[in-house]
This record gives sequence, C-alpha cells and structure tokens, in this order.
Amino acid sequence: MRNSRRMFFPIALTLLFSFSLRAQVTSQRLLHAGDEPQNWLTYSGTYASQRYSLLTQIDASNVKNLELQWVFQAQSLQKFETTPLVVDGIMYLTQSPNDIIAVDARTGRAFWVYHYAPSPAARPCCGIVNRGVAILGDTLFMATVDAHLVAVDSKTGHAIWNTKLAEPAAGYAMTMAPLVVKDKVIVGVAGGEFGVRGFISAFDAETGKQAWRFDTIPAPGQPGHESWREGDWQHGGGAVWVTGSYDPELNLIYYGTGNPGPDWNPAQRPGDNLYSDSVVALDPDTGKLKWHFQFTPHDPYDYDSVQIPVLVNANWKGAPSKLMMWGNRNGFFYVLDRTNGKFLSGHPFVKVNWASGLDANGRPVATPQPAGQPTFPGIQGGTNWYSPSYSPRTGLFYISAWENYSTIFTGIDTEFHEGQRYTGGANTAPIAGAENPVGQRQGPVNMYTESLGSGAVVAMDPTTGEKKWKFDMHDVNTSGILTTASDLLFAGGREGYFQALDARTGALLWKENLGGEIIAGPMTYRVDGKQYVTIAAGNSLFTFALRQ
Amino acid sequence: MNRGLFVKLCRSVYRKLLACVMACATFAFCFSCVRAQGQDRAPVYYPADIQYGAQIFASQCTACHGENGDLIPGVNFRAGQFKRVISDSDIRLTVTTGVPGTAMQPFNFGASELTGIVSYLRNMSSFDTKGLMLGNRARGQELFEGAGKCATCHAVNGKGPRVAPDLGDIGSMRTADLLHRTLLDPAGAMLPVSRSVRAVTKDGKTINGRRLNEDTYSVQLIDEQEHLVSLVKSDLREYAVVKTTPMPSYKDKFSAQELADLEAYLLSLKGVK
Ligand code: HEC
Ligand code: HEC
Repeated sequence: MRNSRRMFFPIALTLLFSFSLRAQVTSQRLLHAGDEPQNWLTYSGTYASQRYSLLTQIDASNVKNLELQWVFQAQSLQKFETTPLVVDGIMYLTQSPNDIIAVDARTGRAFWVYHYAPSPAARPCCGIVNRGVAILGDTLFMATVDAHLVAVDSKTGHAIWNTKLAEPAAGYAMTMAPLVVKDKVIVGVAGGEFGVRGFISAFDAETGKQAWRFDTIPAPGQPGHESWREGDWQHGGGAVWVTGSYDPELNLIYYGTGNPGPDWNPAQRPGDNLYSDSVVALDPDTGKLKWHFQFTPHDPYDYDSVQIPVLVNANWKGAPSKLMMWGNRNGFFYVLDRTNGKFLSGHPFVKVNWASGLDANGRPVATPQPAGQPTFPGIQGGTNWYSPSYSPRTGLFYISAWENYSTIFTGIDTEFHEGQRYTGGANTAPIAGAENPVGQRQGPVNMYTESLGSGAVVAMDPTTGEKKWKFDMHDVNTSGILTTASDLLFAGGREGYFQALDARTGALLWKENLGGEIIAGPMTYRVDGKQYVTIAAGNSLFTFALRQ
Repeated sequence: MNRGLFVKLCRSVYRKLLACVMACATFAFCFSCVRAQGQDRAPVYYPADIQYGAQIFASQCTACHGENGDLIPGVNFRAGQFKRVISDSDIRLTVTTGVPGTAMQPFNFGASELTGIVSYLRNMSSFDTKGLMLGNRARGQELFEGAGKCATCHAVNGKGPRVAPDLGDIGSMRTADLLHRTLLDPAGAMLPVSRSVRAVTKDGKTINGRRLNEDTYSVQLIDEQEHLVSLVKSDLREYAVVKTTPMPSYKDKFSAQELADLEAYLLSLKGVK
C-alpha cells in the first residue's frame, strides 16, 4: 500500500484540483481516501483503518499553539462516541440516540439536523450510543440502536430509505458506523449480552435492499457448527459492533466478532464457539467466508474481538507482506497474514494470566485461574473497541490499554429468555465480593484508583512484539488514537484530557482538559489551508487548530 | 396568540421530543408547559385542522365514541362533556397515553394529528360532517407530480431537486392548517428561516440560496447548485434576506377539491418507515 500510495498520490492530486471541490463521494474516492487528507471519508479514515493522516501542518514544534476553534454541544447526556466524517468542508457527526448533524467544519455551525426516533424497545447493553456515519455519493448511512439502517440525504438531512435488520426487543441493536464498499453498505449487529445470533450484512446503497447476510454463528450443516453443542449456537452471540476494514486488492472485508453467549459461563456452551471472538474475512460482494482466525476459543471472559482490524503493507521477515495488526481485548497484540488468516506473531501488551502464551498457530495456552482468583486482563479487557492507530512512518502500532487490571470471574447457569440479559455470571474486581465500578460514569471525582488498574497508550513494535514506549495515565483509557505524518499522536482518556504525544517517543507535547470523559476516536481534516483536530469529550465535540 | 410563534414552539418541542424518545407522559407534560403560556387567551382553531381531525375521528374513533362522540357514558364530545378532560393539552395527553384500565388506548399521533383531533373535538357541535371535503391522497400525488409541478422544486424522501425543502415528512412536521395556508399564500405562510438569501463576497462572488440557519456572525444555506454553504458575514460585501418565495400560490390554480387532495397527500407524508 505504501508503494501504491506513492503512485496514486500525484494522480489523485491532479484529479482533485481539476474536479470541483465538491464532487460526490464516489467509491473511487473512498478507495483512495488517504490521498485526500483534507477529508475524513470513513470511520477509521481509510479502508486500511490505520487512523493515520498525511496532514502535517500541526507538528511537534507548533502543537503547543493548538487553540480551541469551536465546540458543538450534543443535545444528549448519553456517552458521545462519534467519529465525524468531513467531506469538502462539511462535517457529519452523530449524537445520541440517532441524530445526524451537518455542520460547517470551520465554525461548527449547523446546516441541518436529522432526527431518528428509535423504538423504545431498543436495549443496547451499554448505552444509547452511536459512533458515526458512512457516506457514498450524496447519501449518508447510519445504523440505529433499534437495529435499523437509514439512508439520509447529505445535503438536506432527509431520510431516503429505512431498513429494519432485526428485532430490537430481542436485544439486537446497532451502534457502529457502517462501512461502504463499492455499492453496498455493510453493518453488523450488537446484542452479545442478550444471546443474539450475530451477523454482518450488506445493503444496496441505492435501495436499502439486503444483498447478503453472514451469520457469525454457523447453523447445522455449515462449517464451524461442530464447535457448538446442539442448540447452544442459536443464542451463541458473536455480535459485531465495530466497523471493519477492506482490502480492495484481495477484495476482502475484515470484521471482528464479539463474545459467545452466555458471556461468562463457558460450561453452558462446550466447544470453541466459532466464530465468536474471531476475525472473519468475507467477500464483500457475496458475504462468503474466506477465512477466519479465532483469538479466544471458548471464551469465559467476555473478550470481544470487535477491535478495528488494521491493515498494513510492510516487510515481514524480509518479504513484502499484507499484514493485519490487532490489539485484542484478551491482552495480546497479534500480527496475521491477511491473505489467509495465518498467525504470524502474538505478544501480550498488558499483564495477562488467562493464558501462558500462544502456540505456533496462535491458539492460546489457557491457564484458567483458580476460583476466586483474579484474571488479567479483567472484564473490559486489555483494550476494548477504542480505535488503535498505525503510523507507516514510525512503523509502530498504538493501543489504548488498561494495565494491571483484573476481574474475578464466576460463571452461573442461566436460562435463555429472548430479550433478557444472557450473561451467565457474577464478576467482581479487584477482590472477591467487591463492587466493580467499571463502566459506571464517575463524574469529576475519580473513583478509579491504582487498585483497579490504570490506562496507557502503548506503542508496539510489530516486528519484535515489544513495547517501544508507554505513556501512563492515572485513570483507564477509553479513547481512540490518531497519528499523523508529522509524527504526532492524539489521544484522550476517561479523565477528560486530550493530549498530543510524540509518536516516536511517547513524550507529552500538549494537553487540554476538556472536562468530560473521552470515549471516541480523534480525527483530523483541513479546510481553506488550515488543519483541524476534532474529538468528542463529555457531551461536546471540540475542534482545535493552530493559533493564527 | 402569536400563531407563528406557537407553531414554532410546537415544532421545536416536537423535534426535541422525537430526539429524546421521551415517555408519553413527559410528552404531554412538556406540551402542556408550552401551551400553558398561551392558555390565558382563547385558543384558535383552523378549518383545515378541523377537517383533518374530522377525518381521523371518522376512521379511528367512531367505533367506540360514535359518529357524534356520545357513545361512551359520561363522555359527549359534541356537547363538550368530559369525564376528566379540561384543557386542550388534556385531550392531547389522553389521546397520546390512553386511559389505563379502559378501552381508551394510546394513539401514536404526531403534532399534526393531535392538532387536528383537538380542533375537531372542540368544534364538533358546529362542524357539519356532511360538508367534510375528503381529500384523495392518490389524486393529490398526481397533482404534486403533474399539474402542480411541485416535484420540479421539491424532493420527497430524497428523490428530486433540493432547491426547496424535502417534503418527505411534512405530514408529521406541519399542521393541516399551515399546509393549507402554504398552498394559498406561500409567502405569507413561509417559515422565516426558509427565506432566500443573497450574498456578495468581498471578492465579488454572488451566492443565492435558501437559508438553513443564521447567527450574528455567519449564515448557512443551500445554494442554487445544491451545495451546502456557510458564510462568515465579515467576509461579505452585501447580504440580504428576501421575503418573497419562488413557490407560486395555488389559490386560483386548483379547486377546493384539488387542494384537499394535495393536502391529503402532504399529510400522508410521514417520512420513510
Ligand atoms: C376501543 C375504544 C375506543 C377508541 C377506538 C377510542 N376511544 Fe376514546 N375513550 C374510550 C373510552 C372507553 C373512554 C372513557 C375512559 C374513561 O372511562 O375514562 C375514552 C375516553 C376518551 C377521552 C377522554 C374523555 C374524558 O371524558 O375525559 C378522549 C379525549 C378520547 N377518548 C378521545 C378519543 C379519540 C380522539 C379517539 C380516536 C383517535 C378515541 N378516543 C378512540 C374508548 C375509545
Ligand atoms: C418554484 C418552486 C416551487 C414550486 C413549484 C413549489 N414549491 Fe413549495 N416551496 C418552495 C420553496 C423555495 C419553499 C421554501 C420557502 C417557502 O416556504 O416558501 C417551499 C415551501 C413549501 C412548503 C412548506 C415547507 C415547510 O417546511 O413548511 C410546502 C408544504 C410546499 N412548499 C408545498 C408545495 C406543493 C404541494 C407544491 C405544488 C402544489 C409546491 N410546494 C410547489 C418552492 C416551490
């Protein structure tokens, strides 16, 4: 990709300048999104999902001059997890439950608001949140918490079509930003805490008609079904609630899948429980499975593998390779061959005791802890869904990590009732019987002390699996990460600081207290020659640029 | 009461409600707060709203309440006799939430239906249902796409031009009365925010468009090329808001029946479901 980018860059530039500034977002433009760094055209910036930008106006020497340009205050007290898109000076962001707002990316002033009222039957496990939209042509696509996919005109904010995917009362929900590939819109469903049967599905962008559906839990007769005991698969989980990636040359899309159901009681579902906690590689035209790799077979710890699959073209043991890098909730950092799913390497990036390591095929050597003893990482994982970043310049992979963080897991037999929580356990941390405050909003007083673990930005060297550097935080880290070609790294955290680090060393270069938890990924764009950096924090979206 | 303000208030409340997915009780509560501000003056009911309410009543309420609204013991709409209801907002609340433990079920109505129902129930005694001009939605759609040329300016659910507002959910955003007035007197009924603006930048570029939003320092619009444009006023040499509308009046073009057909079509536009 690095090579092809070099070739494409000059061509793309001439195309851009000859076209009007406001051309439609074609699928061609999406393919080369990284070559128009003034825009942010997909959730993770590009199909390779490196959350890396070529913009360099803001750099290590001037980042201290960053200044607030504008704030957008959400009309919602829910968690604010949006990564906005920016298309030729217009920003599209989402606010809870399922509103899209178009604002001027220079001033933050709104053009229009699209309201969608989800069914009160919606029951997303962990907050009425939304992470953003996708765009194709003049149409925006949003997945809703009541499991609909809606298409909205990007100029007027009016709905064009609305397709229901699944029954919200049965626990199906959608929180992810969709991914547009060619003429299709691809989404997956959440609901892993309700014993849903997960799926990924593609819809015709024009009509909203379903093109294909891939069930993450194979039915009788399908390969992988043998990893389930009779009947268990029907509420086997494998939810898909974070956006995937796409390799146009291989014509494969990659998605991470969530925990098997019930979450914490593996005794109720003997077997590997495919394709839970896996990455699946699908043909975007047909939804056919090309390969899969399971990170955590027969998972007792809720180690969803819904992280962003990061696609990197780099040398592996001397040969140019198509790699996939993955900082997993289970505490290991993986490198896979994305042509076939072959395991290349895996190293812990936080303290791990549930497995002593990974075998030659990447399968964990499980070391279950005795009853009443803490398991590392704990229930929220060594990381979670927070977007990682990869910089082709530093060659490092950056993860938002929870360190020294554990949970005492206890499985409990649970009966399945549609629409009710189906988690199968009672978990505590860090000592038996203690209330686990993780996941509770804590307000300005931090209840989350060293006894519960702490957050960090961890820079992994993929070639060695070693930590290159680590930036420690007091509280845990719920933020996504952005890197730029000026070797800056932007990230926040639960404490509400938004900070810029040196991507090579981890040194702190700039910070601002935004006064509210950061649970979203930063992004960057340029309008009229000025580079901006945007992050959602608390209930507001903040945009910074250099002081004039 | 300042009708424009009232409509605006209702609309903004309605939008917020949609966004928040509030419980029905909160719905009625908020509505009554807003309405309470105008309650010291007699409410005004408009013929188009009464008509719309009469249609809804005929199709959804008569099974229990009867054509004259007097079938439920102790309740006689035509005579203005109620068990509990006092204010208009009580009617809205009852219709939205139902009466628990009785056959009176909750109805999932938007602002335009509720305004219609209230207007009709309050005017049942004087309203002659024989004079009810029932609009035909299908004929209305034909007029919209044909003789009315509405589709040359308006999109419906994203299909069509963007120079005028997309009308795909107009039936849940506007009352029957406002739609009626828009067709007869578009300039008079126009939402002030939707006015056309004309701007000339300091480097001499002219921008014409329909206003979407404005503040002290900037204005957001959709221009004639259907681009979203945000202008900083200090960059402008000239800036003017135009109070006329490109939309023609249909007062003399269409018969009362045709207008009713168009309105029935517009009221049926409730967004994509
Ligand atoms: C299935 C039967 C049924 C239908 C259909 C029905 N209602 Fe009712 N409604 C009732 C009953 C029964 C009551 C009396 C409840 C009680 O005892 O307080 C009632 C009460 C009311 C009241 C409160 C009257 C008061 O005295 O306070 C209003 C207002 C009302 N209905 C309006 C409507 C409207 C408008 C519709 C149509 C959109 C409608 N109803 C449809 C059965 C029905
Ligand atoms: C020449 C273009 C044009 C034509 C033809 C036209 N309109 Fe409009 N219409 C507009 C514009 C511009 C607006 C927004 C400004 C305003 O409200 O006057 C508008 C506003 C409206 C509104 C109010 C929208 C709101 O948000 O409240 C309605 C309803 C409407 N038109 C319906 C119609 C119908 C029905 C027809 C055909 C019978 C029609 N229009 C024909 C240009 C047009």
